[in-house]
Amino acid sequence: MGTKVKKMMFILSKATIENVYAAFIMANGARMEGIESELFFTFFGLEAIQKKKLEHLHVATVGNPAMHIPTMLGGLPGVEALATKMMKKEMEKLDIPPVGEFLEILSDSGCRLWACKLAVDMFHLKEEDLIDEIEGILTIGDFYNRADQEGTQLLFI
Amino acid sequence: MRKRIGHTEIEVNDEGYLIDFSQWTKEIGECIADENGICLTDRHWEVINYIHEKFQKDEPLSIRGIKKSGVINIKEFYQLFPGGPLKKATMIAGIPKPKSCI
Repeated sequence: MGTKVKKMMFILSKATIENVYAAFIMANGARMEGIESELFFTFFGLEAIQKKKLEHLHVATVGNPAMHIPTMLGGLPGVEALATKMMKKEMEKLDIPPVGEFLEILSDSGCRLWACKLAVDMFHLKEEDLIDEIEGILTIGDFYNRADQEGTQLLFI
Repeated sequence: MRKRIGHTEIEVNDEGYLIDFSQWTKEIGECIADENGICLTDRHWEVINYIHEKFQKDEPLSIRGIKKSGVINIKEFYQLFPGGPLKKATMIAGIPKPKSCI
C-alpha cells in the first residue's frame, strides 16, 4: 500500500470548535487510513480535554471574517452561543460526534492523547480535571521524541 | 480491471474494490482478506454481515456507526482489520470504499 505518511502528530493550541474538529477529524482520518496519529493538547487546546469544559466549546464569532457578520454584532451577548448551536446542528446532520464522544472514538482507534505539561501547570490543572483517555502529561521535548520514525509529520493547529 | 479469483473472474477498480457487488461470494471475500494478510474468523464474518446489512439499506458506514452498531466496538474493529479497518472491511465485503471523512 506504500503510503508515505506513516505518523501524524498534531499540536492543538486552540479551543474554538472549528480548530478542535479540524484536529480530531484529521487525527481520526489518519487512523482510518492505517496511519499512526497522536494529539498534544496545549494552551487553550486543553479546554477540549477538560471534563467540565469540553462540551461547552464555541465557534469564534468575533474577529472571524468568514462569519460574514459585523465584528461588533459578533460580540453581542448570545451571538456566539447561537452560532455554536447552529454549527453543532449542522455537524450532527453529518453524523459528526460531539467532542466527548469523538475523544472516545479517537482513543479507541489507537490515537494517542497527551496533555502539555507547561500549559497544565500554567492553568493550574490537575490530572483529575482531564478526561481519562489522556495517557499522560508530556513536555514538548517528550512529544518530539515520539516523532521517532521516517514519514512522521507534525502539525500545529 | 479484471481479476481472477479461483475459477471466477471479477471486475475491480484500481484500488481493488469490486465494481459489481453481485459478483461477490464468500470465497472472493476470503481471497481478498488473504491478500490483505487477514485470516477471516467468525467474528470477522459478523462484522461483514453487519456491513452488508448497512449496504443493503443504503446507509453510509462510519466509525461512529461502528461504535453504535452493537456488533463490535472500535478497538476490536481495529484489531480485526489492521491498517484502516473500514477500508479493509468494505473491500473484503465487496462493497465500495466509504466516501466519508469520518
